[in-house]
Amino acid sequence: MRDLAVLFKGNNPARLLGGLGVTLKLSLVSVALSVALGLAVGVLMTLKNPVIRAVMRLWLETVRIVPQLVLLFLVYFGMAKAFNLQMSGETAAVIVFTFWGAGEMGDLVRGAITSIPRHQSDSGAALGLTRGQVWRFVLLPQAGRRLVPQAINLATRMIKTTSLVMLIGVVEVLKVGSQIIDAARYDAPQGAVWVYGAVFLLYFLACWPISLLARHLEKRWAC
Amino acid sequence: MGNSVLEIRNLKKGFDGNGVLDGISLAMGDGEVVVVVGPSGCGKSTLLRCVNGLETPDSGEILLDGAPIGGMDMVQVRRQIGMVFQSYDLFPHMDVLGNLSLGPVKALKRPKAQVEAEAVEALGRVGLADKLHALPRQLSGGQKQRVALVRAMLMQPRLLLLDEITAALDPEMVREVLNVVLDLARDGRTMLIVTHEMRFAEAVADRVLFLEHGRIVEEGQPAEFFHHPRTERARAFLDTFEFDTVKKT
Repeated sequence: MRDLAVLFKGNNPARLLGGLGVTLKLSLVSVALSVALGLAVGVLMTLKNPVIRAVMRLWLETVRIVPQLVLLFLVYFGMAKAFNLQMSGETAAVIVFTFWGAGEMGDLVRGAITSIPRHQSDSGAALGLTRGQVWRFVLLPQAGRRLVPQAINLATRMIKTTSLVMLIGVVEVLKVGSQIIDAARYDAPQGAVWVYGAVFLLYFLACWPISLLARHLEKRWAC
Repeated sequence: MGNSVLEIRNLKKGFDGNGVLDGISLAMGDGEVVVVVGPSGCGKSTLLRCVNGLETPDSGEILLDGAPIGGMDMVQVRRQIGMVFQSYDLFPHMDVLGNLSLGPVKALKRPKAQVEAEAVEALGRVGLADKLHALPRQLSGGQKQRVALVRAMLMQPRLLLLDEITAALDPEMVREVLNVVLDLARDGRTMLIVTHEMRFAEAVADRVLFLEHGRIVEEGQPAEFFHHPRTERARAFLDTFEFDTVKKT
């Protein structure tokens, strides 16, 4: 219990919060890029063109099958060696998470669009709405309602997965935690449980409200 | 018939080489109710879908008030033709009022306040005055189809197409929906109806068409068609609805 003090030693609280800041910044940028790209990708995924379909399929399978850590190493170390491309860990992280997130988001968008029954667009057309109006008033609002809760869940997954970037040298909240534990190895040998506990709590505080929001929207928009 | 609301001339339509409609011709006068009956897959629904352009005919002509719709903007055509489908096709993300006003306000650009007043009035006439702000999922199947009928009527269509609108309903809800259709017929609405409810067809129709394999096999007054069908095919079809002669032992 006495090792709990390590958490509040010096500027440790501020360092941990700073680390959380890095985690959230990386997540936010990657999520924002993923959503923007994913919307376009999702529409592409609904097209019947065989070439586009194959490319999209390959992309989606890649990000599903290859562990994110491997992608991070590939971009951060592999690219540096192969093309003499030096980039910061954060840049590599944003590239990998956006590559992953946009693929997954695209698949969610595709699913939301294709899950709307054909007779919905028929009824809209039968009411004399133009094609654009059918999309705007009938199809997109329904697709959006199905999409938003799932997209939020994807965002929380991305926030959690950013913990991997400590392995390419980015100092985010988990890395700060490890540094604090290492520094206090002799003063507070039992410190790890408290520090990791605090990291757990910080992730929880970041993701829990988002999850609640997703669940709330899901209930409210159930059709 | 002098002024046909709808005229169909030798309409043909196939899917992947299978002929579904094989030369249908039909003329409907103002206020006339024509009921189309026939076995599953005979082309009834395809016929209705061709009339409002959800399917494109292979050949033949469809005229609305004497004008061929082939040369017209289909969006404009559909604003004059109301259609109600078998499945519950209300928009699930909008309440009843939203469903009712979308077409008149967005497609016809009519003032919202005026449309909503009409919607309230029309909803009252079908016994759903208290459902104005209900969501479709809070309604029974019969209530949904009554809303769908009101939604189509608020477009003040020249012609109303009903595609097996009671086929997905529980039996006890069929009556409440068909009563609304009978009221529309009494008001002199021009309707082309596809149905499997033979008693209803007899009550509402001015004329009955019996379709089989994409052709009109028999056409006549309802009293005549249902009680003295001329063709063997029609007689066999009508017999499938009768259980009088069926005995368990």
